[in-house]
Amino acid sequence: MTTDPQLQPVLKVRNLAVQFPTRTGVVKAVDDVSFDLYRGKTLCVVGESGSGKSVSARSVLQIVDRPGRITNGSMELTRPDGSVVDLAKLDPRGKQIRAIRGREIAMIFQEPMSSLSPIHRIGEQIGETLRIHFGTPKDERRTRVIELLKQVEIPNPEKAIDRYTFEFSGGMRQRVMIAMALACNPSLLIADEPTTALDVTTQAEILALIKKLQAEYGMAVLFITHDMGVVAEIADEVLVMYRGKVMERGPVEQIFHAPQADYTRMLIGSVLKLESKAEIRLKREPEAIAPELLLDVRNLSLTFPGGLKAVNDVSLTVSPAKRSVLSARAVRARPRWDVVSCVFTIRSKAPPISAARTARSSTSALPRARN
Amino acid sequence: MRRPTFSRPTLEAKLLTFILKRMLFAIPTLIAVSIVAFIIIQLPPGDYLSTLMADLASQGGAVEEGTVAALRERFGLDQPIYVQYWKWVSNIVLYGDFGISFELNRPVTDVIWGRLGFSFLLAILTLCFVWAVAVPIGIISAVRQYSITDYGVTFFAFFMLAVPDFLLALVSMYVLSTYFGQSVGGLFSPQFADAPWSLARVGDFLAHVWLPVFVIGIGSLAALVRIMRANLLDELHRPYVTTARAKGMSELELLLRYPVRMALNPLISTLGWILPAVVSGEIIVSVVMSLPTTGPLLLRALLSQDMYLAGSLILLISVLTIIGTLISDVLLAIADPRIRLQ
Repeated sequence: MTTDPQLQPVLKVRNLAVQFPTRTGVVKAVDDVSFDLYRGKTLCVVGESGSGKSVSARSVLQIVDRPGRITNGSMELTRPDGSVVDLAKLDPRGKQIRAIRGREIAMIFQEPMSSLSPIHRIGEQIGETLRIHFGTPKDERRTRVIELLKQVEIPNPEKAIDRYTFEFSGGMRQRVMIAMALACNPSLLIADEPTTALDVTTQAEILALIKKLQAEYGMAVLFITHDMGVVAEIADEVLVMYRGKVMERGPVEQIFHAPQADYTRMLIGSVLKLESKAEIRLKREPEAIAPELLLDVRNLSLTFPGGLKAVNDVSLTVSPAKRSVLSARAVRARPRWDVVSCVFTIRSKAPPISAARTARSSTSALPRARN
Repeated sequence: MRRPTFSRPTLEAKLLTFILKRMLFAIPTLIAVSIVAFIIIQLPPGDYLSTLMADLASQGGAVEEGTVAALRERFGLDQPIYVQYWKWVSNIVLYGDFGISFELNRPVTDVIWGRLGFSFLLAILTLCFVWAVAVPIGIISAVRQYSITDYGVTFFAFFMLAVPDFLLALVSMYVLSTYFGQSVGGLFSPQFADAPWSLARVGDFLAHVWLPVFVIGIGSLAALVRIMRANLLDELHRPYVTTARAKGMSELELLLRYPVRMALNPLISTLGWILPAVVSGEIIVSVVMSLPTTGPLLLRALLSQDMYLAGSLILLISVLTIIGTLISDVLLAIADPRIRLQ
């Protein structure tokens, strides 16, 4: 635990319980959960889906969907002026909690596309928080939003401010979300699986951005994830949850190197297992026969009318013995899908030669995939 | 400082090309529609004159064959159909002359224009009434789902959907004239019917118009309440609502700014449909309540084979349908940026 006596926790959660009364009985989504959040530190709440990690995070802001409600516990928020307020006692629709949402505690969500409105310009959505909490006039708001977009490293912020979410890639959308959360300079940022919907490269960028901004703003971060890799990357402290209960809590080194709970060991073990081959496959002799090729792509290029080279000189083979995963470590584009759609376009057109010529490639569609 | 700029056209430019393209596409549609309209009104056996002869014969009168032939020649009814069509269309395009109404013996334009104004007025008043009432009720019904209010509204909506509007017209007229002694039917009291516009005439109009507005509107009002409720229920639990809530927005502002705004999008696209309904809509109610609108005119023209009048009305409906669809598309493109970019 952090031992600095000077450091007061920003948020002190004790014995939090959230229940969902349903027809078949009461579901204890969160059961007796306690944790502390400190300025500049990151607490990762980790667990499989349905473990109550997301509900814990949402209950801090009192935005748990009905019929869920907080039945027990306290959540003491230390405000910038030093006063302490128990969030669990506030009316979820009241003025007091609204003054805290977005102002002192901000939240980012898993799916930036559906979590942002598709019919409002992003500048409007980011600036809204400023309007609600400070009543900032329009032109001032615009200046501040452009500044925020710069901070989250969105290119061309002066133009981007007037665009819509669907004009951005997934990673850029999540940056918009982050900019929105930072607008009022909150003391606590709750990130509910912010990188789960993103591909690996973008994920790393977003994590680095959150880290950087955390240092700049001195925020406490409550980070929800199910990905142990992300935990290793970003956490100072870890809370392991399973079926609404805390399994283990401790510094990140302890969780990975000396896990106390069986469940934690299992969770880490399952990640390791994914990376190695399945046991049964390890024992088996490798197949000796030369595999027949299913698909042999050579020098495939795809150029869009605008001159954008989506696929440039890609060669690959797919054989039935191996499962090929098409992955590309390129940022902010979809070259993988373009290769796939190229190949399928060629396969679906007859004769294949003419289609192959337009794509400037020599793809030979070999016998049908045996399923 | 030089930054890379987006070379894509702006949304506004896209919208403009979109409108122009749609207007261009409308031309062949219009030509096709005018041909079909003309063929349809020629389909019933005989023509206006044979209908007239039959009417006269049934009343005991008789007309000499020679007179009929002379009339037929005068109206051009003896010529082949494509010649008649060509005459009709070229007069419309070149002189704005839609031909004459045989039955009323007046130019078609005169007959239609006199009634079109009231038709438009009635349609717009009805639309305002329906939207102003249905949208708030739909919102309440969705936000308080499964409450007493919701059940009450739902019951009322289904009941009103099931009641035929002409029946509602008859019953309400009967009740109003029997128990309240009001003059019903038409849009004016007899003494104002042909009077020039004055403040008193406007007052008389307002005293009469609310009943047809109510009768015509109530069915679509009930439907709109249900549509609004369903649309809003779809949107109420979307993640962007949670996002807005997490910003600290008040529940009412949040409701109106995000889910209601989204739920209205599909409804906005139906706004253009009222245009064709202006001419052909609510014929039965208009006949029952003797409203001076185009609906009864169309009905009578079709019955008496008054071909230029009927043809012009059908053409007008088609043109208004095309314009209405265009308006719908443009409104939707303005309301929803996702449409604009496709």
